[in-house]
Amino acid sequence: MSLKTILILIPLLPLLAAAVAGLLRNQVGRAGSHWVTILGVAISFALSVYVLYLQMYQGLGTQNISVYTWMVADGIKFEIGFLIDHLSSLMMVVVSFISFMVHIYTIGYMADDPGYQRFFSYIALFTFSMLMLVMSNNFLQLFFGWEAVGLVSYLLIGFWFDRESAVYAGLKAFLVNRVGDFGFLLGIAAVLYCFGSMDYFEVFAAAPGIEGQSVSIIPGVEWQWITVICICLFIGAMGKSAQAPLHVWLPDSMEGPTPISALIHAATMVTAGIFMVARMSPLFELSEAALSFVMLIGALTAFFMGLVGIVQNDIKRVIAYSTLSQLGYMTVALGVSAYSAAIFHLGTHAFFKALLFLGAGSVIIALHHQQDMRYMGGLRKQMPITWITAWVGTLALIGFPFFAGFYSKDAIIEAVHASSRWGAGVAYWAVLLGVIVTSFYSFRLLYLTFHGKPRYTVDVGAGHHPPDGVLQHAPKESPLVVTVPLILLAIPSIVIGYLTIDPVLFTGWLSDSITVLPQNDVLAAVGEHFHGPTAMAQHALQTAPFWLMLGGFVLATLVYMVRPALAGTLAQRFPRLHALLENKFYVDELYQKLFIGNTLRIGNGLWKKADAGLIDGWLVNGSAKLVGSLSARVRTWQSGFLFQYAFAMIIGLIGILAIWVML
Amino acid sequence: MTSNWPILSTLIWLPIFGAVVVLAAGEHRAALSRVLALIVAGLTFLLSISLFTGFDTSTAAMQFSELKPWIETFHINYALGVDGFSVPLILLTTFFGVLVVIAGWEVITDKVHQYMACFLLMEGLMVGVFAALDAMLFYAFFEAMLIPMFLVIGIWGGPNKVYATIKFFLYTFLGSVFMLISLIYLYLQSGTWSILEWHQFPLALNVQKWLFLGFLAAFSVKIPMWPVHTWLPDAHVEAPTGGSVILAAIMLKIGGYGFIRFSLPVTPDAAAALDWLIIALSLIAVVYIGFVALVQEDMKKLIAYSSISHMGFVTLGMFIAFGVFQNTDSGRGAALGVEGAMVQMISHGFISGALFLCVGVLYDRVHSRMIKDYGGVAHKMPWFAALAVLFFMANSGLPGTSGFVGEFMVILAAFQANFWYAFLAALTLILGAAYSLWLVKRVIFGKVANNDVAMLEDINAREALVLGVLAVAVLLVGLWPAPLVDLMHASVDSLLQHIQQPKTVLLGGQ
Repeated sequence: MSLKTILILIPLLPLLAAAVAGLLRNQVGRAGSHWVTILGVAISFALSVYVLYLQMYQGLGTQNISVYTWMVADGIKFEIGFLIDHLSSLMMVVVSFISFMVHIYTIGYMADDPGYQRFFSYIALFTFSMLMLVMSNNFLQLFFGWEAVGLVSYLLIGFWFDRESAVYAGLKAFLVNRVGDFGFLLGIAAVLYCFGSMDYFEVFAAAPGIEGQSVSIIPGVEWQWITVICICLFIGAMGKSAQAPLHVWLPDSMEGPTPISALIHAATMVTAGIFMVARMSPLFELSEAALSFVMLIGALTAFFMGLVGIVQNDIKRVIAYSTLSQLGYMTVALGVSAYSAAIFHLGTHAFFKALLFLGAGSVIIALHHQQDMRYMGGLRKQMPITWITAWVGTLALIGFPFFAGFYSKDAIIEAVHASSRWGAGVAYWAVLLGVIVTSFYSFRLLYLTFHGKPRYTVDVGAGHHPPDGVLQHAPKESPLVVTVPLILLAIPSIVIGYLTIDPVLFTGWLSDSITVLPQNDVLAAVGEHFHGPTAMAQHALQTAPFWLMLGGFVLATLVYMVRPALAGTLAQRFPRLHALLENKFYVDELYQKLFIGNTLRIGNGLWKKADAGLIDGWLVNGSAKLVGSLSARVRTWQSGFLFQYAFAMIIGLIGILAIWVML
Repeated sequence: MTSNWPILSTLIWLPIFGAVVVLAAGEHRAALSRVLALIVAGLTFLLSISLFTGFDTSTAAMQFSELKPWIETFHINYALGVDGFSVPLILLTTFFGVLVVIAGWEVITDKVHQYMACFLLMEGLMVGVFAALDAMLFYAFFEAMLIPMFLVIGIWGGPNKVYATIKFFLYTFLGSVFMLISLIYLYLQSGTWSILEWHQFPLALNVQKWLFLGFLAAFSVKIPMWPVHTWLPDAHVEAPTGGSVILAAIMLKIGGYGFIRFSLPVTPDAAAALDWLIIALSLIAVVYIGFVALVQEDMKKLIAYSSISHMGFVTLGMFIAFGVFQNTDSGRGAALGVEGAMVQMISHGFISGALFLCVGVLYDRVHSRMIKDYGGVAHKMPWFAALAVLFFMANSGLPGTSGFVGEFMVILAAFQANFWYAFLAALTLILGAAYSLWLVKRVIFGKVANNDVAMLEDINAREALVLGVLAVAVLLVGLWPAPLVDLMHASVDSLLQHIQQPKTVLLGGQ
C-alpha cells in the first residue's frame, strides 16, 4: 500500500463504517453496527500509529499530498489533501485512539438505548470529520472538517431528541459555533485576499511578505493585515474551543450522552481551535497584538471558568467547566508562543479528561442516570475500578508530580512566567491561581462522588422513575466494556507526560510543524532549566504551583471531608459571590436578553412593519388600488377571466410557434 | 445522434408537444397521463444530458446553435444557443421536470392531465428562456412561462390563491413591461434582436442606465430582490408543492440568468456605475430577510424568505466584480463571484426544491404548513427526518453540501472588494443556521406533539426516490463542484473581459 492509500483509508474507513451503521441500520443490527464502526476506527488507529512510526523512526519527512481537486476557480486551486508532519500524525493518533476507546465504552453505556446504531454511526462520522480536520493541508478542508465536527456535535448533543433541553443545547452549540465560524470564514477570506491561495505551505511561505501592510477597516483606524487575519481565525477557535465569551455552549452540551462528552466535548473536537492556532503558528508569530489577545482570552477562561466549576452539582458539568478552564490553559500557551506546550497539554488532557468523563459516565450508569453529586457519595466500595481510575485522572488533572498533567501544565505556567508579551503578568497570575481552583473542584468531585457516606437510599419497590436520591438497585461496578477503556486511558494519564515531555517540548520534535520566532521562544528559556522529567518533578516541590495545588487539596478536604457542613455555611456567608458563580456570571442571561430577544424583535419588526406594512400595505396594495380606481373595468376583466385569458395566450403562442416550426 | 440534430429545439418542443398529448389523454385517464408525462419528462432529461457531454468547455462561444428567420419584417429570428451559463440551468430544468412529475404522481388526483400538461409546458418554455438568443423569442418564452404557473397556482392552489396569483401577476407584469421597453429601444437603435449583437452595440452611459433600470425592474422582481420580493412568500404559500418546487428551483433563476445575459453584457457601464445599488439591495436581502425568515410561523413562508436571502448571494456575486477590479490589482475574486453566483443558483435549485418537497410530504399527511402543528416528527418518520435535516443543513450552508459552495465563493469574492460586504454577507452563517435549525428543532425534534404527528407514516418509496436523488445531488455538488464550475470558466472569463471594456468609448470613436 502506498502512503497515499494509507492516508486516504485513515479517515475513509470511519466514514464508510458510519454509512453502513447509519444507512443499513436495520440490516446490520445492533451488534453489526458496533462491530463495523469499531473495526473501522481500530484500523484507522493502527494506520495512524504506523504513520507516526514512519515519521519517528523511518525518517518520513513532511508530506504534502493532494487527494483530489475540489474545484479550480479564478486561478485559485481548492484542493482536498493531507499535510502529514509530526503535529498532524500526533493528532491522528490521539483522535483515533480516544475514539477507539469511546467506541468500545459505548457498547456498555448505550446498551439499552433504542438509538444504538444511530449513535455508532454518528461517532464514526465524527472520527472521519475530525481526522479530515487535523490532516488537512489547506484552509478549505480545514473549514470543512471544522463545520463537520460541529454538525456531528449538534446531532450528538441533541441525540435524545425527545428531550427539549437536549435539542435546545444542540441548537445553542451549533449557533454559538457559527458565531465563531463567522469570524473564521472572514479570516479565510482575508488569507485569500492577502496571499491568493488556500494552501497552507503557499500561505506560510508568503506570510512574512505582508508584514507591515495595513488596512483601515474602520475609517481612520489602521490595522496590520496579519493581525486582522489572526484575530478572525482565532474567533473561530474561540467558538470551537469554547473560550470566553463564546464558551456558553459547552456546559450545555453535557445534555448529550456521556461517551460523546468525553470524545467530542473534552478530548478532541474542542481542541480543534488549539490545534488550528498551533498549525497557523507561522501566521500568529507575525502578530504580537493577536498573540496578546489570544493569551488574555485564554487566561480569562482558565481562571473564571474554573471558579464556576466549584459550585456545580452535576458531575458532568463540573468536568465541563474543568474542560473550559484547561482549554484556557492551552490558549494561554498559544498566546505566549509556547505552541508545543499547548499541543502537549492538549495531548495529556485528552487522555485524562476522557478518563474522567468516562469515569463519570460509569458512575452515572451505576446510579441509573443520576448526575447530581448531592445524591452520590461512598461509591469507592461498590466501584473500585472506577474509583481508582478517577483518582488517577484527578491527579493528572491537578498536576501532581510525575502524572501526565503535571508536565504539561507546569510547562505552560513556566512558559507564561518567562514571557514578556504585553499582558503576560496578568496571564501568569490567572494560570497560577487557576491551579488552586482546579485542585479544589477536582477533589470536591472525588469526595462527593466516591468518599464519605452514601447520600442515596436503595428501595427495590421504588418503580422505574424514583425520586432523586432513591435507587431501585444498589450501584455496582460497570461491565468490562466500560472499565477496560478506563484502565487503558489511566495508563497514559500517568506516564505519557513523563515519557514525552523532552521530545515534544525541548528537543524540537514539533519544530517541523510549528514556527516560533527566536525572540518569542519562551520554551527555549524554560528548557534551559530542564534536566529530565524526574528532576523536574523533584524540583516542583519548591515551586508555587505545587503548593497551590496542595492548598486546594487541603481546602477541599477540610470543606468536604472534615467539616461537611462548611460548604453550606460558606454559601450563606457569601450569598452574592455564590449566586454569581452559581449563575455562571449571568452570561447566559445577558445573551438571552441582548441577542435572542432582540433578534426576534428585529425579525418581527421587519416582517410586520416593513414587509407587510410598508411594502405590501402601501406600495403593492396601494398601487393595486390606484390601478383599480383608474379602471374598474379592466380590473374585473382581469380577475374574472384570468384563466381563460391565460389559456388563450398559451394557445395563441403555441399555435404561432408550432405552425412556424412545422413549416 | 448527429451533431446537426437541433437538440435545443428538441428540448423545448418535446415537452410542449408532450403537454398537448397528455392534455389529449383527457380527464378520465389519469394513469395514462401520468405515465405519458413521465416518459416525456424522462426522455427530455436524457436528451439534455448530451448538452453536458457534448459541451466544449474551452470556448465561450454559443454552442448547439440554431438560427432561422421567424418574423422577418421585424428582424425577429428563431435563434437558439447555449454557453456555460445556460447549460447548467437547462440541465437543472430538465432534471426537475422529471422530479415534479414523480412528486405529483399520486398526490394530484384532480385534473391530472391538465396538471401534468402544465408542468411539461412550463419545462419547455423555461428551456426556451435559457436557450433563446433572440430577445423577442426570449421575451415570448419569458412571458408565456408565467401562464402555466398561474394555472398551477390558480387551479391546484390554496384558499387564498386569487390574491396570490394577482399579486404575482401584477408584480411580474409590471417588471416585464419595463424590460420590454428596454428591448424595443435596443431593437430600434440597433436594428436587430440578437442578444449577442447587443453585447457589442455601443451605448451612451445615460442610455445604458435607463436600459439597465428597465432590465432591473424585470429581473429584480423575478429573482426576487428586496424590496420587490413580497409576492414570493404569498405565491409559495398558495401554490401546490410542485408549483413551489418549480417556482423556487427554476423560475427564480431566470432573474439571475437575465442579469448575466442582459444587464451585465448589454449595459456594462451602467452596471459598473450602479453596482452599489445592487450590492446594497443584495446585502439587505441577506441580512434583513434573514431576520424576517427567523420569525415565520408557516414553513413554506420560511423557506420562501430563505430563498430571497439566498438569492441575495446570487446578485451580490454577479455585481461584486466591479468592486474587485477597483480594490485589487489582480482582479482575483471577480470570476469567483460570478461563478459562485451560478453555483448558488444551481444549488439553491436542489435545496429549495427539496425543502418544498419535504414540506409537501408533511402537508400531504397532516394538511398543515404551520410549524406549531408539528413536533417530534423524527419519532415517526426517521428516514424523512434524516433527509430533512440534511436539506436544512445544506440550506444553512454546511460544507460538504452544495449550499456551502456558492456562499463560500461569493463571501470570498466579496472580501476581495470590501471587508464589510463580506462581513454582512457572512452573517448568513449565523442567520441561516438559526432559522433553518430552529425550524428543525420545532418540527423534527422534541416529543410527539399531537395526534396528527403520532399517526404519521414514514416516506414511501416514491417520496424516498425523489428526496434521495436530491440528497445525492446536494452532496455531489458539495463534495466535488469541479465539473459544474468547469462548465462555466470560459463563459465567465469572457463576460468579465467584456464588462471591463467601456462601451461608451466605442461610441465616442464612431
